[in-house]
Amino acid sequence: MVYLDHNASSPLRPEVNAAMQPFHAERFGNPSSVHGAGRASRQGIDEARRRLAEQLGVHDSQIIFTSGGTEANNAALFGQAARHGFQGHILISAIEHPSVLQCCERLRRYGMEISRVGVDGSGRVQLDALQAQLRSKTILVAVMHANNETGVLQEVEPLAQICRARGIPLLCDAVQSFGKVDIPFTEWNLSLLALSAHKLGGPKGVGALVVDKALAFEPLLSGGGQERGRRSGTENVPGIVGFGLAAALAGTERVVRVKQWRQWQQQLEQRLQEAVPEIQIAGQGVARLANTSAFLIPGVHGETLVMSLDLEGVAISSGSACGSGRSRPSPVMLEMGYDPELASSMIRISMGWSTTQDEMERLTESLIKGIKRLLHW
Amino acid sequence: MAYNDKVLDHYENPRNVGSLDKDDPNVGTGMVGAPACGDVMKLQIRVDDQGVIADAKFKTFGCGSAIASSSLVTEWLKGKSLDEALSIKNQQIADELALPPVKIHCSVLAEDAIKTAISDYRNKQKGAESV
Amino acid sequence: MKKPIYMDYQATTPMDPRVLDEMLPWFVEKFGNPASRSHAYGWEAEQAVEKAREQVAALIHADPREIVFTSGATESNNLAIQGVARFYQDKGRHIITPVTEHKAVLDTCRHLESEGFTVTYLPVKADGLIDLELLAATITDETILVSVMAGNNEIGVLQPLEAIGRLCRQKKVLFHCDAAQGAGKMVLDVEAMQIDLMSLSGHKLYGPKGIGALYVRRRPRVRLKPIIHGGGHERGMRSGTLATPLLVGLGKACELAGAEMNAENQRLLGLRQRLLDGICSRLTHVQLNGSLEHRLAGNLNLSFGFVEGESMMMAIKDVAVSSGSACTSASLEPSYVLRALGVSEEQAHTSIRFGLGRFTTEEEIDFTANLVVDAVNRLREMSPLWEMVQEGIDIASIQWAGHH
Repeated sequence: MVYLDHNASSPLRPEVNAAMQPFHAERFGNPSSVHGAGRASRQGIDEARRRLAEQLGVHDSQIIFTSGGTEANNAALFGQAARHGFQGHILISAIEHPSVLQCCERLRRYGMEISRVGVDGSGRVQLDALQAQLRSKTILVAVMHANNETGVLQEVEPLAQICRARGIPLLCDAVQSFGKVDIPFTEWNLSLLALSAHKLGGPKGVGALVVDKALAFEPLLSGGGQERGRRSGTENVPGIVGFGLAAALAGTERVVRVKQWRQWQQQLEQRLQEAVPEIQIAGQGVARLANTSAFLIPGVHGETLVMSLDLEGVAISSGSACGSGRSRPSPVMLEMGYDPELASSMIRISMGWSTTQDEMERLTESLIKGIKRLLHW
Repeated sequence: MAYNDKVLDHYENPRNVGSLDKDDPNVGTGMVGAPACGDVMKLQIRVDDQGVIADAKFKTFGCGSAIASSSLVTEWLKGKSLDEALSIKNQQIADELALPPVKIHCSVLAEDAIKTAISDYRNKQKGAESV
Repeated sequence: MKKPIYMDYQATTPMDPRVLDEMLPWFVEKFGNPASRSHAYGWEAEQAVEKAREQVAALIHADPREIVFTSGATESNNLAIQGVARFYQDKGRHIITPVTEHKAVLDTCRHLESEGFTVTYLPVKADGLIDLELLAATITDETILVSVMAGNNEIGVLQPLEAIGRLCRQKKVLFHCDAAQGAGKMVLDVEAMQIDLMSLSGHKLYGPKGIGALYVRRRPRVRLKPIIHGGGHERGMRSGTLATPLLVGLGKACELAGAEMNAENQRLLGLRQRLLDGICSRLTHVQLNGSLEHRLAGNLNLSFGFVEGESMMMAIKDVAVSSGSACTSASLEPSYVLRALGVSEEQAHTSIRFGLGRFTTEEEIDFTANLVVDAVNRLREMSPLWEMVQEGIDIASIQWAGHH
């Protein structure tokens, strides 16, 4: 089977799986317990926290473990909104992940003002457009780092500077970019950063929110006071241990992997454009993740192409994987200015740690064959 | 919480557990703390003719750090004059046992116990003189 | 016999090897995102998730469609209470919960108070049970939710769920039950008990950490405002990618617990009695905290007079137990649960929770009883309070110097 849907989920790395094993069985204690069994679990969490902090250049205490990227985004938005008594304005980019968009819809019902800053044809937020939409009562700005569908990277560092100058915290959803791009949290003046483990070879069910030391924070979940009172609930110890190692491995291997992905990405895009000249690549020409390519293929229905490839044992995606299973043109493509019909033709190829040359060859072949069949060539 | 080796040593091999005759005029008794707070320390000293602490005993109801703090001060007290004993500060006890911040109050209690025991002894001596 | 002996099953349980075996393939080979509808990896994961949903539902006699997966019981409790409060706030803004609930319930209620809700923290009787008449009298037209736990995490006391359910239904008030400790250890039937919402935890019933569930009744339909928004997973009630291996583990854990519950409870009751007899036949001044009759089979909470709990834990360090709730271990305050029973602060400081479970053996029980007896005797020799009692002094009559 050829698996090229890593932006939906990456397989768990075997070494990460191995590191998690002891925490399933013999090191099972509750990390809040004072006895040895509890301390053995606590050590695992401490080590994971240290590893994660090291990747981001932050202090250990700035990492809050969560049940995933969705919770991290919700905790960040809710945490800031609650701190301001659910009053004020939040500015988000129009192409945020549903966990940011939907959470903001709820905050709007609470009486907050929400506005969206659009993206240009390449999928990027324009700095001056964002600056123009800031208000005196803006309490938070949310702009994702890499888009899940296109891999297009936002200019987070200058964005953060603009926000910092106005004293407004910036939430950056780095679920897709973490481990694939360097993110020096402190150096970039970030305030809140959302991360997920299963997009980089870690386990599902664990993520993290990184918080600026000086930023006050209201918790989303109340209870036993774990994570310094910022996220209650018994910690998913094996998951956290796996996350820490996956992050460390991704960091160590990043340079080599990115180089490899970039090469495969170029080959794939080039061969597809040669075979089907009218094909378009979303975000071509701007900074993008090396592992992601989003193609728009006039005359093809993306979902149908994905299904036909699945029959051949090739897993790709026609948009973001989300809970409802509906098939609609990708909102991200629409925001980038593509018409609904072209937007519906979008397919996404996303590589990951397990991707091989052979997989890319088979994908390219199947893809060209599949497109030609659908276009009745 | 993981305890320091010195705390564990005093806890597992407490020095000078026991009681002296509290009615003996040469014995001073200090009982500090309260059961509701989770710590009660009883510290007793016997002072010889030269005004030197010849013996010290303790009994403690409390956590490992409270037991270790009282055990440690009984060792320190023996052979000291009363003024030397009064110069023992809680910080020295906390440092010696490497107590974590949540356990500092144990060292405070031990310092209080020393002061109370010495004051009890001095009161008894004053009472004896005035008779 | 392996040491240290684990006797803290209310803090967390080791995973059953049968659960782990079921989970392992889902970590590596079968890694698809259950929300990916367009390829076989996703479908396979989705099927596993649905099977798990059926297994969880079966344990509490619910319909699989009534199960919402969460990251754990803390999230389930937050979702149930906040979700109901926010959805039904136009109907009323009053919530009732006993003072002995888990922090995840109490802190959520406190949080809602800051948003203008009124919360009545219901006192409990000396045995830890709520007073049904008092509950009935506390419900007003403004009341929208009653939240009562199945089994208490510190003292194991079981509340009369069926009677509470009947009362709530009659008064048209929603009933949420935190069954993190009860699920898999007592018969829970959401129909018979008329429970509208129920929180479950994976790691308290030999399943994985980081996973839980919330039962949400469909008929009559209970509605919630979600707290985690996003891709619209879990029928919009809880977004976020589901961790397939954890769900598979939770499902299997529920299946095993349901199948083995009766036999296991009989076995645990025997072990608990053996521990209690082993200790009380050789020590005086030992008090049981909470009802013995209405209690989880795997819980024993004892106060050893004149012996402080933490030093007791050190003295029996070959046995992992807890003194007070695991979640509050960093604080020096005596357990709020014991205080709510009317237990004095002094007695609360001397309490030890023994949590027995699936892997506890008779040999471990005997070893523990002997160790406890020796430790208490040794520590009492060191205790000034014990000395006073031996001398016939009434400790209660003494004026102690100020609290610190």
